[in-house]
Amino acid sequence: MPKLTVDGIEVEVPAGTTVLQACEAAGKEIPRFCYHERLSIAGNCRMCLVELEKAPKPIASCAYPVADNMVIHTDTPGVKAARRGVMEFLLINHPLDCPICDQGGECDLQDQAVGYGFDHSRYEENKRAVKDKNLGPLIKTAMTRCIHCTRCVRFATEVAGVAELGATGRGEAMEIGTYVEHALTSELSGNMIDLCPVGALTSKPYAFVARPWELSRTDGIDATDAVGSNIRIDSRGPQVLRILPRLNEAVNEEWISDKTRFSNDGLTRRRLDKPWIREGGKLRPASWNEAFAAIAARTKGLAGDRIAALAGDMVDVEAMAALRDLMAALGSGNIDCRQDGARIDASRRDFYLFNTTIAGIEQADAALLIGTNPRREAAVLNARLRKRSLAGRFPIGLVGEGADLTYPYAHLGDGPAALAALLDGSSPFLEALKGASHPMVIIGQGAIARPDGAAVLAAAWTIAREIGALGAAWHGFNMLHMAAGRVGALDIGFLPHGGGRDRDGILAGAGNGEIDLVWLLGADEIPMDRLGRAFVVYQGHHGDAGAKRADVILPGAAYVEKDGTWVSTEGRVQRAARAVFPPGEAREDWAIIRAASAALGHALPYGDIAGVRARAEALGAGRLDAPLGGGCIDQGGPSGDPRMLGTEAFAAPVTDYYRTDAIGRASPTMAACAASVAPTSAVAAE
Amino acid sequence: MTDRSSPASAYDGGPESFAFTEANRKYAEKQIAKYPEGKQASAVKGLLDLAMRQMEAETGARWLPRAAMDHVAGILGMAPIRVYEVASFYTMFKTRPVGRHHLQVCTTTPCWLRGSDAVLHACRLAAGNVPDGTVSADGLFSVEEVECLGACVNAPVLWVGDHFYEDLDGPAAQRLIEALKRGEHPRHGPQTGRQNAAPAGGPTTLTEVPPPVPYRPEAATPEPAAGE
Repeated sequence: MPKLTVDGIEVEVPAGTTVLQACEAAGKEIPRFCYHERLSIAGNCRMCLVELEKAPKPIASCAYPVADNMVIHTDTPGVKAARRGVMEFLLINHPLDCPICDQGGECDLQDQAVGYGFDHSRYEENKRAVKDKNLGPLIKTAMTRCIHCTRCVRFATEVAGVAELGATGRGEAMEIGTYVEHALTSELSGNMIDLCPVGALTSKPYAFVARPWELSRTDGIDATDAVGSNIRIDSRGPQVLRILPRLNEAVNEEWISDKTRFSNDGLTRRRLDKPWIREGGKLRPASWNEAFAAIAARTKGLAGDRIAALAGDMVDVEAMAALRDLMAALGSGNIDCRQDGARIDASRRDFYLFNTTIAGIEQADAALLIGTNPRREAAVLNARLRKRSLAGRFPIGLVGEGADLTYPYAHLGDGPAALAALLDGSSPFLEALKGASHPMVIIGQGAIARPDGAAVLAAAWTIAREIGALGAAWHGFNMLHMAAGRVGALDIGFLPHGGGRDRDGILAGAGNGEIDLVWLLGADEIPMDRLGRAFVVYQGHHGDAGAKRADVILPGAAYVEKDGTWVSTEGRVQRAARAVFPPGEAREDWAIIRAASAALGHALPYGDIAGVRARAEALGAGRLDAPLGGGCIDQGGPSGDPRMLGTEAFAAPVTDYYRTDAIGRASPTMAACAASVAPTSAVAAE
Repeated sequence: MTDRSSPASAYDGGPESFAFTEANRKYAEKQIAKYPEGKQASAVKGLLDLAMRQMEAETGARWLPRAAMDHVAGILGMAPIRVYEVASFYTMFKTRPVGRHHLQVCTTTPCWLRGSDAVLHACRLAAGNVPDGTVSADGLFSVEEVECLGACVNAPVLWVGDHFYEDLDGPAAQRLIEALKRGEHPRHGPQTGRQNAAPAGGPTTLTEVPPPVPYRPEAATPEPAAGE
């Protein structure tokens, strides 16, 4: 490992690192615009100049590899003068419009101009003006501010995998853009806003909304998909103004998907802010007591097996634990969290987890995707798969609907026939899987949310076992979830028990009158027309499909409005803090259920969040507290029979990426995105 | 804009589709084969030039429509934006339509001192004084001011198609343009009868036969250098 001296501090860094990284290791901050840890090195901004002894000129530290016995100076007058010169050049064409720029207050250029800028300009020439580009409904451009660092170009090409941005033209006429004007087709495009060191790319929905110092920041967990991205929720007063990623190397690195970032404007629209009761076929506003009384009147004398509950996709563990207890108190085992009807076997935790872990993808050396389109179902996880694919020697096979996943793969077939070929050994792709030392199998919800789902699940497990993916140190069986609440629900056993009905049984029972009351906890993605004449209690935060069908509406809190726990697809238990209060009379969901339980005469034995959490931990004992990752202890597979595979091709569960949940469907930004992606079909659907 | 020849944004017109002819396709494959496996993208400039020449053969104007760039991107397996970047960077790739004869007048200092203004004037007159970067009404001419073409010794220089026309002045440029209009192929190079880059008024050195070199036997010792 080369040893070098930075400002008199001796540091030892791995070979191949750059001088800039060595300086950081020595605790010296180097200003930079183009350099970014997760992108390739461009070396075009020249802001990171440092002095290297015996070198004739200052060197660009970001693009200079370390060597033994280098002596670096980062704080000499020469370095300072060089950086001031670079800053002066950068500012030649940069407009002085900070007061009307959305980046103001969190702008790298602004900050560094304080350190290295002059107090006046020596240029009298006109500044150059560049036409703004239309990059779609998410990114607002002010290209005159662009300093050509090309971070966005590199992000689009390398991380997002959509080579759509480039630097066209030359010299002073150079511009960053798509050349042929069109909206970016990446579901990670919002990250370019964070990457842009100046105000050239800013958030379109957030334009002129707030200054960074006005916002209060809360650490949260994303609930729009099952990745469990770590987010920072920026709010002012009662409103969430924007959502930004938080660094978590094990989960989302520093990226989040566009759905995570931009669906926040759905939080203020179509909200349920007071209880409603259906009277004479019409919903009327009511008080909490009236709503609880209406439910109590309905449950009075009702046998437990005529009551059912379904949990939705974004619900926190606490609320589901409370509802599970309430249903148990009412004598009902008819509860289910699999509102898409996925045939998940929850008898063991590793049957439904992404066991390899997201960070573990980087250790894998072959992958088989079954009935999944990770790009649509877990965009950030897909970026990790792409990262692994770019590193090379990572054969990927796909069984299911073919799509552009941003990395090459072998399309093995559309449906179970391809799985059968993998099972009986006739598939040529088996060689790649068997030759791998760390193969992984990823099964999506599209493969198991169907009548033969249990067989597909068992087949996937069998394939994983046969290719050697189930080792004592490596667990290569992975289920990719789409619902943020799903794994938590499975962990605490929000599943039919005591002979209770599952989702299909509940729907059938409600349809033929065997079930009289259905409690929907944020469940909007079930066929409401199959609920028949059942009395529907909808507890949730948006006036979506569930509220439309409901007889009583209990207004709940969205994921940013409650202290909640979510378990990601890899089984990571993460707790989020409340960023804003729920609107109007809406309350946190566990508290609603606690209050309802008292009104129904079965008061639950806990009165605060700590009590609910203790109860949830007890329900999820052995699962919620299990360590992440690790090998496969028991090779015995899930209960399905792999020979009972159907014939129908796997259908992609996500057809409209931007509108998979109630918040997204209420968000005008997501609607604009959906329209920009598929102008004709979206217009037809409206 | 300061640089009309490489605009950073796309041109909306042009043909809907473009494909290499059979002969060009073969030539393109030869170009691609020059580069090692996996580095096919290195052939992009050669293929873009080929596409421009095919456009000239097909439409009479040597320029590069978007359809052609997309076609090249498809052949080389590149993202189209990577081809757009290359095409818009190099001024020799014309991403806007040009006339049958695209008149590129050098107006850098040596040519300008030697009277490129008159040449430029003649060219603009021939194009009907349409703004630079647009094509004359008859589709024959378009004019562009270019930076140094590297033929300063024969200034001023006019570049048409594959050839330089050198040592021009206003009337010479007019005669040249008339010839182009008639569809002739005027002789390229100096228009004053000068031989290539030889001195303008005839040779100035080696004008007489040099005296014979005195004979010196091989074994003879070299004469001592002066001053020793």
